[in-house]
Amino acid sequence: MEILLQLTMTGLAWGSVYACIALGFVLILKATDVFNFAQPELMMFGAYMSFSLIIYMKLPFIAAFLITLVLMGVVAALLEMLVIRPMVGEPVLAVIMVTLGLANVLRGLVGLIWGYEEIQYPTPFPQDPIVIFGAAINQAEIYTIAATAVLLVVFFLFFKYSDSGISMRATAEDTTTAFLMGINVKRVFTASWIIATLVATIAGVFLASFTFLEPIMGYTGLKALPAVILGGLDSVHGAIIGGLIIGVAENLAGFYLEDYLGSGMNEITAYIIVLIVMMIRPYGLFGTKEIERV
Amino acid sequence: MAVTRFCTRTYRQDLRIFPSPAAKIGLAVLFLFLLALPHFGGKYIIFVACLCGVSVISALGLNVLTGYTGLISMGHAAFMGIGAYTAAILSAKAGFPFIVALPLAGVMAAMTGAVVGIPTLRLKGMYLVVTTLAFQFITEHVIYHWESLTQSDKGIKLATPYLLGVNIGGYGKIYYVILLFAVLAAIFTKNLAMSRTGRAFVAVRDRDIAAEIIGINLTKYKILAFVISSFMAGLAGALHAYLVGLIGPEYFVFNQSILYIAMIIVGGMGTVLGSIVGAVFMVLLPEVINAISGPIASAYPFFSPRIGAVSVTVYGLIIIFFLLFEPDGLFGIWVRLKRYWKPWPFTY
Repeated sequence: MEILLQLTMTGLAWGSVYACIALGFVLILKATDVFNFAQPELMMFGAYMSFSLIIYMKLPFIAAFLITLVLMGVVAALLEMLVIRPMVGEPVLAVIMVTLGLANVLRGLVGLIWGYEEIQYPTPFPQDPIVIFGAAINQAEIYTIAATAVLLVVFFLFFKYSDSGISMRATAEDTTTAFLMGINVKRVFTASWIIATLVATIAGVFLASFTFLEPIMGYTGLKALPAVILGGLDSVHGAIIGGLIIGVAENLAGFYLEDYLGSGMNEITAYIIVLIVMMIRPYGLFGTKEIERV
Repeated sequence: MAVTRFCTRTYRQDLRIFPSPAAKIGLAVLFLFLLALPHFGGKYIIFVACLCGVSVISALGLNVLTGYTGLISMGHAAFMGIGAYTAAILSAKAGFPFIVALPLAGVMAAMTGAVVGIPTLRLKGMYLVVTTLAFQFITEHVIYHWESLTQSDKGIKLATPYLLGVNIGGYGKIYYVILLFAVLAAIFTKNLAMSRTGRAFVAVRDRDIAAEIIGINLTKYKILAFVISSFMAGLAGALHAYLVGLIGPEYFVFNQSILYIAMIIVGGMGTVLGSIVGAVFMVLLPEVINAISGPIASAYPFFSPRIGAVSVTVYGLIIIFFLLFEPDGLFGIWVRLKRYWKPWPFTY
């Protein structure tokens, strides 16, 4: 029983990380129609950057965290303006390829600047586990889940009630009409990239807190793609729910199915879930069916 | 002008595989050069050339799926892996000869392609991309973890291939076999593009609902596209296995799938020449980068344990630059060059 609780908490923590990255994906996809394969690498880059600020610049965690967010926002804005904006109107595969190239560049930069060994992240959370109902739970995981929940509530309020949030939703729904209504669409594009990157950076910092800082975080974050698909490509709450489901499912499967199907199941569960869901509901759990007109 | 008569073409000529006398002569020269390459190239050059050949075959297969039929697939390396491991297992464990293992590898990959193609019939766009991505990762996982079959990290060492009694294990000899298959693949793909099936593929890519209305059976053609492309990928994977002699799971990872998509995009999507040129370019690129990063590593020793990261970064940068500034790929550059020289010495 304790193991189940432990696995579920870890699963929810991982799921929160996936949910954040998936949220970023869906934001960029809805606003700009770009499938950003570089999202996991942006998460990784942000986490590593905060690490450098803490260790090499000797800044306290909060200051380093905020400075990282600012820097990553600048990076995101630059990327959007220099690399993605010129690709507007190009075929879908070319845009995917550009983001994949971007992912390669970011991954290479991480390896170049910080090396390939895994690093213990200087987390501000206390290391000793809390015991709930007999299960020893890592405190960083609890903070992750709580922080993500707060973040999501903030986003919900932002999108529903603030001017910028409403204009982003409008641009996501119909870019041309938003343009005609006076919304600065270019700024919305840049804003969506910045927000997505910030959310990913936050997720990355938390992920590094309860695991390690390692250069394969990009591949781990890639599992947020199944979360996006599970939830449906154009559904923000679908992405979040998808992320949580995948996080919990893969942790449970990794432990319970180990005797039957061998080790490493937790890497694959996300993708198996994708295959199964795609056969039953080709547009994901909450995605809207695309109506094609000839 | 003599130049224009040489390089223009009539409609009837366009329908042929080799449209103009210039194209025929150019291809003949290239073919003679390729035949003679082992005689004046060193062992490493021949190995790179073999690698180019294998990549050409695989890129042509992906071109049929993505360039002609419009089905974006992130699982191409997985099909190559299935072909390679089939050939390796048949050759090393079951003792099948080269001439039997090779087509069987292609068939195995093709059957997997059909199996993958069936559930993807309903999927469009990004859903298809991530489903093929899922297939890629699952295949990687199975290859890595099914130790009794694939020996995972240790890899499988293939038996020396014999063709008609001749030992073709060396790079120089297998080069000719790969060249033969590459030429066959190119002719096959060019023919396919101009055939009824090819036109059906392009119709599916452009407007599949309209294609269905005019009577093209979407199921048949989509699965056929998967089957053809995965057969070619399996064949390429098996040839790669025989070329390298010892295969492991690291040759068929997700990055390789991205590499092949990059090949057909950088080369020019939907064209045979584009895929060939793109494949050669993307195989030579890491070699060039490695050649440059060697001196950089010795000049700046800080970088030397991380030199792999330099090549990954430069690689990504080149992909980005290419896509930003040359979206039609290398084929687009070639077409622009031809168009510039056609009315030479006049400007228009």
